[in-house]
Amino acid sequence: MTDALNRRDLLRRAAAGGAFLTVPGVLAACGGSSKSAATTSGGNKTLAKTLRFSNWTLYIDVNEKTKKHPTLDAFKKKTGTTVQYTEDINDNASYFGKIQGPLSRGQSIDRDIIVMTDNSRYPSLLIKKGWVEKLDKSAIPNIKNLQDALAHPNWDPNRDYSLPWQSGMTGIAYNDKLTDPILSMDDLLENKKLKGKITLLNEMGDTLALVMLANGDDPAKVTDATFDKAIKRIKAAVNSGQVRQFTGNDYTGPLSKGDLSACMAWSGDVVQLQADNKHLHWNLPEAGGDIWTDNMLIPKGGNVYTASVYMNYVYDPKVAALIEDYVNYICPVKGAKEALQKIDPAVAKNTLIFPTQKMLDNVHIIDAAVLSNQKYLTTWQNLISG
Amino acid sequence: MGFLHRHRNLTPYLLLGPGLLYLALFFVVPLGFLAYQSLESGNFDVGYSFTWAWGNYWDAIKNYRGHFIRSLEYAGIATILALVFSYPLAYWIAFRGGRWKNLLLLFIVAPFFVTYLIRTLAWETILADQGPVVSVLRDVGILGHDGRLLATSTAVVAGITYNFFPFMALPLYVSLEQIDGRLIEAAQDLYASKWKAFLRITLPLSLPGVVAGTLLTFIPAAGDFINAQLLGAPKNHMIGNVIQSKFLELTDYPAAASMSFVLMAAILIMVALYARAVGTEKLTG
Repeated sequence: MTDALNRRDLLRRAAAGGAFLTVPGVLAACGGSSKSAATTSGGNKTLAKTLRFSNWTLYIDVNEKTKKHPTLDAFKKKTGTTVQYTEDINDNASYFGKIQGPLSRGQSIDRDIIVMTDNSRYPSLLIKKGWVEKLDKSAIPNIKNLQDALAHPNWDPNRDYSLPWQSGMTGIAYNDKLTDPILSMDDLLENKKLKGKITLLNEMGDTLALVMLANGDDPAKVTDATFDKAIKRIKAAVNSGQVRQFTGNDYTGPLSKGDLSACMAWSGDVVQLQADNKHLHWNLPEAGGDIWTDNMLIPKGGNVYTASVYMNYVYDPKVAALIEDYVNYICPVKGAKEALQKIDPAVAKNTLIFPTQKMLDNVHIIDAAVLSNQKYLTTWQNLISG
Repeated sequence: MGFLHRHRNLTPYLLLGPGLLYLALFFVVPLGFLAYQSLESGNFDVGYSFTWAWGNYWDAIKNYRGHFIRSLEYAGIATILALVFSYPLAYWIAFRGGRWKNLLLLFIVAPFFVTYLIRTLAWETILADQGPVVSVLRDVGILGHDGRLLATSTAVVAGITYNFFPFMALPLYVSLEQIDGRLIEAAQDLYASKWKAFLRITLPLSLPGVVAGTLLTFIPAAGDFINAQLLGAPKNHMIGNVIQSKFLELTDYPAAASMSFVLMAAILIMVALYARAVGTEKLTG
């Protein structure tokens, strides 16, 4: 493990969860936009001098001494293209808010690659609105290394517009000092001993997927009936006082302090928390968990060829392993595990970072249509804010 | 120089100019835009169009009445608590602070050197189930064996009270500090008891500070959402939480805009009633 603290990543997950969402200004204000970058071009096959890449904070390899990103330097050496790497994405909603203005007016946002999470509605919205470019797959032969489980999301069935950057799983964490193992959503939502000691996630896709699986319904094909059934069940747990809060990443504090006996949690966070608290465990629920993916996308006006060449570069297992060794989320690239075994076997062995096939068989991707269904979203927001 | 000399009465307007321009650009224009938005209908996918959709206002009140009332209630309680806590404090600093005055004031302002978010997260730690506050309250029987403070309305109100405390304490201090001590001496010379002198002299003279402090506390507190988000359970969420989720999560701009106006109106009504009760001249001192 490179550096636990660095990867800690509170802001990133918090934001993805929406907890701090709107502290917004505070967080969103961090990203500076810059106009100095290279001009864009579509269609041609020459590399731009500069690739403008917006990503989440602490989400790529860093050399602690030089503060440089070794894989980006190596990319420059190999191709001559400098990557202008900006960590200006803190949560999907505010980032989308920032770019939707120029994109809707047909203006460039001065970025060639941006990264957005598929358990929010934004990647599919960007595609639907025509605000992202198609990948130049001829420049990405390494796309063959994409994990099979991630190859056909229903919002971009052939990965024409997007490629995963990292993934994470949503499951259940529990503290073995305070409770017996909690391995199912049924237990989490209805075990009386846990009353007021559990939290759910405020990201609709996460919570809905796990509750639907517990109900025996398919989260990849949500109907009004299955949606209502899940909402009803969650509402009952809220009204009974079982659910203490809906959280973003802010469950991490109460969970490690012992205020929570169990909660819905993201795999990446728990890898971190376990370093300080050996009593914490994370499992996929028996009925199945949820996998979300942060996706690289090329916004309209971005340089498709250069962006595609970069994507091909990070889909080289050796490069992916270098990034993974620092980031510790789930790597979407086949072969990265084997490559990492050589440089950091401990990380390569962690099943929260490289899940077993059995785990991957038990994770589901939420129906993208649900995430952009205004009626469902409103119902959800009303549920989580009393 | 010659021009200004000849049109001397223009000077105040020229001095006001930048301020007015600033307010016009960054307050009036966005407000107008917000008003326009609040009457639109449609959704983000197909786009919004202006349709005089007064129904947005009706929906806001109908669907979220509970949140509006809760917000005014929490803000009201927090304002009263802040007043009760900070009046004696400001009084003591103003009259007994002596050469330590500035240092003591610094202590009041010191928490503000830390960002709002971090201060509130600190409360999450202070009020934690396993933390010292809860364990003391459990021991003395105020909280039940399994009682807690986090994710309750108590925690939300406590957080708001704390976060807006300096907005109350500082204006109070300023108005108390300006009171001429000789007036109190004169009252006592005329056989007023200490208590009576306070009621007849100090308190009325400090009322402008009370009014300024309560407004500065109540108005932002009513729109707050961070405290409810971090310290409250879903049933403690305030209207600010709903507005932020409408804006950012649901991109339902018309609903969010109309709710913002309803909140503004509710606050204005409360402030008007308040001003009426204490007398408007107290508002301006």
